[in-house]
Amino acid sequence: MMRSKPDEDDYWNSSKCRAFTFDDDYDELSSLKESKRAVNSIRQFVVDEDEDEDDMVKVSWSGEPIGSITWSIKETASSTKQEQSFPKIDSGPSLPRQGSGYSLSSLFKAFSEPSTRNFAPELRKPKSEYKDYVSDWSPEETVKRMQRGKFCSLETFRSLKDKMQLLDQAVCANDGNVITAVCTHVFLQKYFLQCKLEVLSRELMSRDVALRHYIHYLKEMGEQKLLVELFKSLGRTEDMALLQYREHLSIKDEVRRKEYLKSCISLPFPPDDAGHVQDHYTLLERQIIIEANDKHLENKGQVEVFKKHPRKASILNMPIITTLYYSCLQFPFKLSLTLPSTISEKQYLLTALSARAKLKEWLDVGSLFTTKNWLGYTKKRSPIGFHRVVDILHKNNAPAQVLQEYVCLVEDPNLKISLAQKYKCHDIVIDMYKDQKDRQQLIVYQGKVERGSPEDKKIQDILNNTQIRWKN
Amino acid sequence: MAHSARRDAPELPDFSLLKRLARDQLIYLLEQLPGKKDLFIEADLMSPLDRIANVTMLKQHDVDKLYKVENTPIFSTCDQICFLIRPRIQTVKWIADTVNADKAAGKFRKYKIIFTPQKFYACETVLEEQGIYGDVSTDEWAFYLLPLDDDIISLELPEFFRDNFLEGDQRWVTTGGSALHLLHSLFGPFSKVYGIGRCAKMVYESWREQVEESEQKAQKSEIGNVFLIDRDVDFVTPLCSQVVYEGLVDDIFRIKCGCVEFGPDVTTADKSMKVMLNSQDKVFSEIRNEHFSNVFGFLSQKARNLQTAYDKRRGMDIKQMRTFVSEELKGLKQEHRLLSLHIGASESMMKKKTKQDFQELLKTEHSLLEGFDIRECITYIEEHINRQVSMIDSLRLLCLLSLTENGLLPKDYRSLKTQYLQSYGIEHLLTFANLRQLGLLVEQQPGDALTAMESKVGKLVNDKTAEKLTGAFSSLAKKSNFRALSKKLALVPKTGEEYDLRVPRDMAYVFSGAYIPLSCKLIEQVLERDGWTGLEEVTRMLNGNEFVVTASHSGADARFKTDSQRIILVMFLGGCSYSEISALRFLGREKGYKFIVLTTAIINSARLMEAMLDNHV
Repeated sequence: MMRSKPDEDDYWNSSKCRAFTFDDDYDELSSLKESKRAVNSIRQFVVDEDEDEDDMVKVSWSGEPIGSITWSIKETASSTKQEQSFPKIDSGPSLPRQGSGYSLSSLFKAFSEPSTRNFAPELRKPKSEYKDYVSDWSPEETVKRMQRGKFCSLETFRSLKDKMQLLDQAVCANDGNVITAVCTHVFLQKYFLQCKLEVLSRELMSRDVALRHYIHYLKEMGEQKLLVELFKSLGRTEDMALLQYREHLSIKDEVRRKEYLKSCISLPFPPDDAGHVQDHYTLLERQIIIEANDKHLENKGQVEVFKKHPRKASILNMPIITTLYYSCLQFPFKLSLTLPSTISEKQYLLTALSARAKLKEWLDVGSLFTTKNWLGYTKKRSPIGFHRVVDILHKNNAPAQVLQEYVCLVEDPNLKISLAQKYKCHDIVIDMYKDQKDRQQLIVYQGKVERGSPEDKKIQDILNNTQIRWKN
Repeated sequence: MAHSARRDAPELPDFSLLKRLARDQLIYLLEQLPGKKDLFIEADLMSPLDRIANVTMLKQHDVDKLYKVENTPIFSTCDQICFLIRPRIQTVKWIADTVNADKAAGKFRKYKIIFTPQKFYACETVLEEQGIYGDVSTDEWAFYLLPLDDDIISLELPEFFRDNFLEGDQRWVTTGGSALHLLHSLFGPFSKVYGIGRCAKMVYESWREQVEESEQKAQKSEIGNVFLIDRDVDFVTPLCSQVVYEGLVDDIFRIKCGCVEFGPDVTTADKSMKVMLNSQDKVFSEIRNEHFSNVFGFLSQKARNLQTAYDKRRGMDIKQMRTFVSEELKGLKQEHRLLSLHIGASESMMKKKTKQDFQELLKTEHSLLEGFDIRECITYIEEHINRQVSMIDSLRLLCLLSLTENGLLPKDYRSLKTQYLQSYGIEHLLTFANLRQLGLLVEQQPGDALTAMESKVGKLVNDKTAEKLTGAFSSLAKKSNFRALSKKLALVPKTGEEYDLRVPRDMAYVFSGAYIPLSCKLIEQVLERDGWTGLEEVTRMLNGNEFVVTASHSGADARFKTDSQRIILVMFLGGCSYSEISALRFLGREKGYKFIVLTTAIINSARLMEAMLDNHV
């Protein structure tokens, strides 16, 4: 993929879209390079004179400034690495799950510990702090107190109406933290377990803000089952399906993952998405087969492709196009058969092209575009622009003749000539200027080719040709 | 190159006070746990912490060892452990596991969690559920504001965006209000607050309540006006490729907390180097706001000047040489170092951008902004996807297409989505669901007939089917109206006009003269009109929620007041990009304002898109 520098410069110059051009001045880049040389040459004597390295900003300049916290943490990390490894601690289920249902009283008591907010001395204590404890707070007062992080009991809100009033009050206060707290109190788990979801979801429908807080809370807490139930009772089947589909990401074993995906197909997705999930399942199924097969072949070491291009990674869980590319590396033309999904001609071509170009099978590349017409003549056509084809071939270091062949096929003359210049297909450029009878351009171009080269001679011959009626 | 500022532009307040306050409070909190302790720090708090404190300071307050929170078993042998974390459930669960593992092993230690900037109810629920409530003491470190530069303050809360706009969780609203309150009590009183967006309104309310409950001591106001803006007012701007130097550096190298790591290809040494990018860097401060195409010329000129300055040495006598060394050499050496660094960075960026056919990408973006050759753009995006070029860039282009075209035609939506899933993985179904939820990538809805029905359905919300319908409407309500807005506010200059990027004539220069950032244009218009009058149509297309409030208090001497009036704090809720900051700096120079940007985080297109991904567990 190494591109020579002149190529790049050339591209920036020759690029057609000048309207918002990023940089249009060849001189500037070259002068920048000169500056760089100049500056680098200065470096040498600067270093000579340089005794006080650290006259720069201390914190920021060396790779990891000494004394910085980031630096220090790296130090601890490397020093602890030598220590013995620890027994793995099983997180979650094995740990005793103590704790009550969501008793808020204890929670908000904690908030009322002596305040440590001595932050800005200018900030005075809120006036409301001077109130004393009263057990029967109105919804408004309760929410206010919760916002201040002070003790208050939610146990007094017992009827559904009271609960909803409290919830609405929390929503009015806009404080997400309080909304979540009230939600978890209002929708105590026991409600769910006693199938009161119907009641709750009715109340929740019209309380979108509260609902979103509660859903986010359940997501963060990993309450998958509860969420599924909630979505179901809200009639949000698509959200429910996506939530369940998402679970596949946490399954590491590919066979189990495949089985899980299979069970996802019947989830209530909209038709398009259902198709995608089906594809996902089929793809993984095929990948498991391919993977087992190719691993075996590779180990036996008899397949040419694997010798030339050893498999860098497993094909499992790769996207469809990657799988197609992978297969194209081995069997260029049988492929569409092994793929689960409808791949467009364009997608297939781009992928096959990249794969064959990567293997430097230029003949194969040719056959991708060749079609026969009814008279039996072969012709090259492509669902993607040939300028794109040229670009891909160039990125795969195709030889000059191959590039030239495809540049020739570009239809738009302006595009063709700029590509020909970019990839140094001199013959095409020269012939096109000759056909256009553009003497001036030809002379300019002569200045760009090497003196005494065949191109130079060719141009000279054309220019000397008195038969041509030049337009300028 | 450096634009001459209007001479009467006011001075910016000194925000280093914020760092000092945060540091003092942290020390206070550490002292609440006397004796030796190990400190575990959440990974993304490390850089912000580095900006305000250092190891020596922590050691002075009995911190023994420092660790990064990594969700693995801990190694500490200390009998006191302090955790400095963001209020995230994942982290608290890990702490609970750690404490419970100690318990099981019969190890007894003291634990303290310091949540910053505040604790959340949900975090304490975890402690309670895991049975360690009470075994662990908790505290809050109100570290709201980190000054990244003279005119940039960040809350360093990238999750604000997703939590608020995608999940609809308003947990950060109070944080925003408190941040504003802190600035108000230190640099206020503010006299006028403008704003637009639902979150902006709520943050304003939260701030107002906090002001009511505290007393503002009489002081000279240093910041007069405030502008609050929600990120979802303008998604187009942060999704565009950045071409101003600072933005480009962020797009390519990712600036983290005002600091960037340049690899060996830039430093031309064998190791990479962390560099602070701010106004202290004299070379950077002159090029940060420039269009990239101007940067070369500038750096070349600088290099020549430097050469000349060094060349002066030749032919000096001893005395002159001594003066030269003592007075000039140090400055020259520093400049030299900076210069070679930024030349290296420019060169490396140029190479990377050439490789990915940046020209063509920009051309497509500009066509989308202009609403020109849309079919061609779709073909380009399609091929981008088919060739499996950057997953994030493809997604970004799709979103730009949807935002500028008010949604995709159902046929295009289906086909592009399918191809995307085929190229980058079917699990991106989840990403597409998120993008639709946020209104970033949607299908066009069939016409206005639905909108008329919307109000009727509102009365029937108890009906399940109606609920589903309102769901459909709410995505309709998120219609971006970009084309109409662009026309109304003249965001896209007429084609065919030459745009001299060396002498920018408006904020469009930050996007090569192709587009004036919507967010910044709104700010300009509102400041000019001193309110929203005359912008009714615009705000209607932006879903309303605009406001302007004037403080009732007055006083302070008139001269000072006028100065502070021209200092404007712009708060971006959900993040802002470097290009927007550059545009505001330009606007400030033109109109004699000074803008201070207060943002929940610095974002760019990649960070915005990454926040939408759901394909990890």
